[in-house]
Amino acid sequence: MAAIGRGILRRGIVGLPAVGSGSAARSMASWFGHVEPAAKDPILGVTEAFLADPSPEKVNVGVGAYRDDNGKPVVLECVREAERRIAGRLNMEYLPMGGSIKMIEESLKLAYGDDSEFIKDKRIAAVQALSGTGACRLFADFQKRFLPDSQIYIPIPTWSNHHNIWRDANVPQRTFRYYHPDTKGLDFASMMDDIKNAPNGSFFLLHACAHNPTGVDPSEEQWREISYQFKVKKHFPFFDMAYQGFASGDPEKDAKAIRIFLEDGHQIGCAQSYAKNMGLYGQRAGCLSILCEDELQAVAVKSQLQQIARPMYSNPPVHGALVVSTILGDPELKSLWLKEVKSMADRIIGMRNALRENLEKLGSPLSWEHITNQIGMFCYSGMTPEQVDRLTNEFHIYMTRNGRISMAGVTTGNVGYLANAIHEVTKSS
Amino acid sequence: MGNENARDQSSSPGRRLATLARHLSVGDTSLISSRGEAINTAPTAGFHGGSVFANVAQAPEDPILGVTVAYNKDPSPMKVNLGVGAYRTEEGKPLVLNVVKKAEKMLLNNPSRVKEYLPITGLADFNKLSAKLIFGADSRAIQENRVTTVQCLSGTGSLRVGAEFLARHYNKRAIFIPQPTWGNHPKVFTLAGLSVKTYRYYDPKTRGLNFQGLLEDLNMAPSGAIVLLHACAHNPTGVDPTLDQWEQIRRLMRSKSLLPFFDSAYQGFASGNLDADAQSVRMFVADGGECLMAQSYAKNMGLYGERVGALSIVCESADVAVKVESQLKLVIRPMYSNPPIHGASIVATILKDSSVDKAYVFLCFLREMYREWTIELKAMANRIISMRQQLFNALSARGTPGDWSHIIKQIGMFTFTGLNKEQVSFMTREYHIYMTSDGRISMAGLNTKTIPHLADAIHAAVNRIK
Repeated sequence: MAAIGRGILRRGIVGLPAVGSGSAARSMASWFGHVEPAAKDPILGVTEAFLADPSPEKVNVGVGAYRDDNGKPVVLECVREAERRIAGRLNMEYLPMGGSIKMIEESLKLAYGDDSEFIKDKRIAAVQALSGTGACRLFADFQKRFLPDSQIYIPIPTWSNHHNIWRDANVPQRTFRYYHPDTKGLDFASMMDDIKNAPNGSFFLLHACAHNPTGVDPSEEQWREISYQFKVKKHFPFFDMAYQGFASGDPEKDAKAIRIFLEDGHQIGCAQSYAKNMGLYGQRAGCLSILCEDELQAVAVKSQLQQIARPMYSNPPVHGALVVSTILGDPELKSLWLKEVKSMADRIIGMRNALRENLEKLGSPLSWEHITNQIGMFCYSGMTPEQVDRLTNEFHIYMTRNGRISMAGVTTGNVGYLANAIHEVTKSS
Repeated sequence: MGNENARDQSSSPGRRLATLARHLSVGDTSLISSRGEAINTAPTAGFHGGSVFANVAQAPEDPILGVTVAYNKDPSPMKVNLGVGAYRTEEGKPLVLNVVKKAEKMLLNNPSRVKEYLPITGLADFNKLSAKLIFGADSRAIQENRVTTVQCLSGTGSLRVGAEFLARHYNKRAIFIPQPTWGNHPKVFTLAGLSVKTYRYYDPKTRGLNFQGLLEDLNMAPSGAIVLLHACAHNPTGVDPTLDQWEQIRRLMRSKSLLPFFDSAYQGFASGNLDADAQSVRMFVADGGECLMAQSYAKNMGLYGERVGALSIVCESADVAVKVESQLKLVIRPMYSNPPIHGASIVATILKDSSVDKAYVFLCFLREMYREWTIELKAMANRIISMRQQLFNALSARGTPGDWSHIIKQIGMFTFTGLNKEQVSFMTREYHIYMTSDGRISMAGLNTKTIPHLADAIHAAVNRIK
């Protein structure tokens, strides 16, 4: 396929360069003239639009980054203290390909439990990854390389980037039913059907807690049933855990689904992110782990994960890893972190209550139970894209068109305005 | 892949039947799909319910990093590590530049700084400043908005993102890389979907550039093929074309419409002068043509582990640059969403021109940081140049057979000594010198105290082993 671009049309000849002296030639055609402008990322495009809006009333409930009650981004105290300790250190050498050993150790304790036998037995292959995205991508590439015939089952709906990740890894995707639009809760029966009907040994992507974008999580009982069915079907459970601590306020509680699966003997994969629960967004701190049969296998798997990382970015960034390991490795700082993560989670739960109350007070004909039933950063409001467009155009409220509200963007200052606007666009439905 | 075959070979028909029988005897109907198909053990079903990754083999050690691993294991007090290319001071210690420490402190003490996600393309200031650094502040390509720059994870990340973009949007899959080149280059390009070919570069006889071979091979390359060029301080040989030779390369490439992909990992580190080290790149950009540029701050700012780099694509027009940038985002988002903020913030702080940001009160102070950086950078480059001279002198003094002038002719962190595998092994065994088996030594790992020891080792190796 020739690189025909507008440059060619103008000049009529492909790739005729300037031969001869240095600065002459502007008569060269572009090799990239045919490149189409890419569609904007649906989630990140929201913030761009928000920033461009001059209205003083504008509200951003789009991107999932935490805001305090003044609508300001937050740097946790434990993070500031960790950074103070890290600054002025004596070297910025390359980390090993697999990343910071300390950060990995602490991450495994967080996900698998401080006293996990799997950690003691060294059965977990784990590498530092570029936040949750990077962890998922490493796993997807690894899955493609070593199980080239496998596919991935992804819940409907899910974080939109999940589809991009497994697509770019060339792993075919299937879906399983998850969200029930009528109840705005879990469609458990359909989910179990899809799990049963998938071929044995299928790979499933599960959100460990605080499902993104719906906020709908299975109950503990439901997780146990899911785990049982996974055993029967010999499915591979891959957990994306981006909100540990952020959902209920208690990291141990938020890891319950993973612990259930571990108890039941599953050999899981897990992507962990510190973007939200430590507010380390831009530091890209995360971890990918795969539980293996034994230590030998874990060593082999880890070495292969490193082989995937090496031609992608050689070794992961050190700063975020140091922050994580400094905090989690120091009992005082860890305790401070636990307090701070709980207060973030509590504020969000408070805003869920406030939003629901406001809507009910306005006399909305609809049920808004789901706002407080759902958990984590996001609320799947149930609004249609058209209703969302009205919110944006008439009320300068920015959110993704699937009706997902980032509760972290809701404050005591804007919850009334938000409720009013939602009521306006939904009252006739 | 080999995975499934291994499983088939290891499982006898009897064992498979036994497994199936076990499932059936428990009255488990789950193996029969709702459509009543025959039992189908999935390829991923573990043998005894074991791991689906049971047959994953251990990957071989990375040859370069393996050198440091071996060095660490050695208890000898005489050991010298000339493996990995990270700068070391005269005392053999890693170095964090003063100006970097200053920048970090400033960032730390700025309470309004937050750690939110960067845009997919990274820190905007950093991108602009990086483009200026490599292409020159007066670059017409920049002034005409024909350059798109995206922050990436150091040189590796920039190469990978650029290669992925080419694999998707460029009509030629072939990329020509010099022989030899950095060990990770072939993997980066292959995984991105490009087809790796080579062009002659290093001449073992002269320990210099095989210019004829280079021209011949590029001349034979299909029109439009991509060509990887080390902007300066070629890794691993330290052999760079002269400016004249660069001009000839440029003309040849433009006449064949070969697409240049520059890897610039040592700007400022090679000669000590940032502009001099960017000459080759600027020559190409000045002729109005397109190219890709992978930039790394790992060595020249000592930011190794922070993974700071930038990919620039110089396009024929501003319109094209905008579209190209939008497509680069689609490569990045499913890889890691957005790049790490810390290292890029440090670089931007140091590179900032006082006239760019009037919000800062300390205008003079900031330009000071850039100046300070150039001074510290020159000091690092000078120390390496001095090590080259000292090693050459030491070998001359010992009357070591052979022509060792390439040590002072080659440039940058590495010297391709010309020693063969056996000689290298000998040096490791007898003298505890650790280096890669291709004869490459990292000059940054040397100091005045260790040079005599290395010279002795080379002298012995050359005399005892041919």
